[in-house]
Amino acid sequence: MRRALAGCLFVAIGCAPIGVFLLLRRMSLMGDAMSHAILPGAAVGFLLAGMSVSVLSLGGLAAGLAVALAAGVTTRTTILREDASLAAFYLISLALGVVLVSLKGSNVDLLHVLFGTVLALDDSALLLLAGIAALTLPLLILIRRPLVIECFDPSFLRVVSGCGPVVHMVFLALVVLNLVGGFQALGTLMAVGLMMLPATTARLWARTLGGMIGVSLLTAFAASYLGLLFSYHATLPSGPAIVLTAGMLLILSLFLAPHRGLFSRYWAHSHLEG
Amino acid sequence: MVAPPSRRGLRRDSFGQRWLNHHDKNAFAGASSVGGGMITPLGEIAGSIFLHDLTLGYERHPAVHHLSGGFAAGSLTAVVGPNGAGKSTLLKGMMGLLRPLAGRVDWRGTIARHAAYLPQQAELERDFPITVEGVVSLGLWHQLGLWRPLTASLRKQVQEALATVGLASFAKREVSSLSGGQFQRMLFARMILQGASVILLDEPFTAIDHRTIEDLLAVMDRLHREGRTVVAVLHDLDLVRHRFPQTLLLARELVAWGPTADVLTTNNLKRAQALQEAWDEQAPVCARGAA
Repeated sequence: MRRALAGCLFVAIGCAPIGVFLLLRRMSLMGDAMSHAILPGAAVGFLLAGMSVSVLSLGGLAAGLAVALAAGVTTRTTILREDASLAAFYLISLALGVVLVSLKGSNVDLLHVLFGTVLALDDSALLLLAGIAALTLPLLILIRRPLVIECFDPSFLRVVSGCGPVVHMVFLALVVLNLVGGFQALGTLMAVGLMMLPATTARLWARTLGGMIGVSLLTAFAASYLGLLFSYHATLPSGPAIVLTAGMLLILSLFLAPHRGLFSRYWAHSHLEG
Repeated sequence: MVAPPSRRGLRRDSFGQRWLNHHDKNAFAGASSVGGGMITPLGEIAGSIFLHDLTLGYERHPAVHHLSGGFAAGSLTAVVGPNGAGKSTLLKGMMGLLRPLAGRVDWRGTIARHAAYLPQQAELERDFPITVEGVVSLGLWHQLGLWRPLTASLRKQVQEALATVGLASFAKREVSSLSGGQFQRMLFARMILQGASVILLDEPFTAIDHRTIEDLLAVMDRLHREGRTVVAVLHDLDLVRHRFPQTLLLARELVAWGPTADVLTTNNLKRAQALQEAWDEQAPVCARGAA
């Protein structure tokens, strides 16, 4: 149980800030697409080496990066926008993944990849998750400024610096890396939940980027801890329990968040003079 | 308008590449009126831009067709024309944001990466959680780069630029809470900090009130007097007649380019409208482009 909690916290450290940037870049559904995109790589790994964590991870990483690269190049060289090219490539990737999984293995194996095994994390998996979190935070800090500019005023970044495409690809690589890490603990689909639900909650509570990242991290930590407890006492799968908890926190925030929640719309506020 | 130089070189005497006199930024610091505050000094040769048979467009359809001419160093030019005339496309092409279908853009005395470009407000994400200070400090990109922090002295520059545009008390405000006029003032403050020798403005005075327009015009005039080359896309012809000595009248093709009084004639404006309306979306391959 303690391993499970540590694993989830490592996933949260990487996923929560990335989710904030995805949300602000209006790419909230991109994590979902990428989580499907890594499936064929994980399936190839599964076909080659069975349930080997490292091989599954490498396969997932390769497939995710390939889809991100293909979608990125397509977006920048054709009329297709990012959502369209990403949707196209992830669907191809997902179909390929399902075909590959069906070649060898049962539905149980597929569920394992999709929903994870947080209660069975071993030392190597924990080390991998810690490593991904340790890599993600410094890299995000390094590319934070161009990421912000690209969100706010993309043409400004293109004018003052040629680093935009590189930063974009580094960011996409971080998304893939964290999803691959996440599927160790939560499964590919559930990892996106820990990426996007805390970020969405944070948007309701915080006004600044730093505040959003802080609230997002706290929400992800709380969802991990409470979700694991919920999963243990109700004997439910851990991944969905954690994501459901994050979902409950979001729904509460939709009602309670000051200035932006539903209650605040109908609550009489005193106003300032200037 | 000036004629574009040959590939071999620039006629330096006629284009007036020049060193600027106002190197002491302190000479402007502390002024309280809008437009009278800190303006970053040039400290380098003012830039000029030449267009050589430039064609810009989308999916092989030209939005700007075989345009040649030059923006002289230190000139102040309005780009006018009907909707869809290719004005914004021209600015994007000059900045390298759009690859030419044919022809080329030559920058002299500076490069596009060191120019300041103000897009239309609609192209910016106004809901992004960033403060006014955060946006204006982006004007210091070439000093800050990827990761260098905003030091006290740089923060002071940001504050001075904000004071110049009348937003001294807005540094910590969220961008999403600004009005359209305040937002535009903020972008002008960022532009001031860029210290660029060439400034391209895409409809900078659209949908903002008269007072804000006057304040921002004062800033623009100040930048121009500093010797910077300013090109602005505008729709208000009265404003152009009163404040812009040079005008480029565009209707996908060049209609006229030169002193404003000579360009904004009734005949030229009618021609611009006629060219726009006569545009053929089913046109055959351009013989000049294919040659």
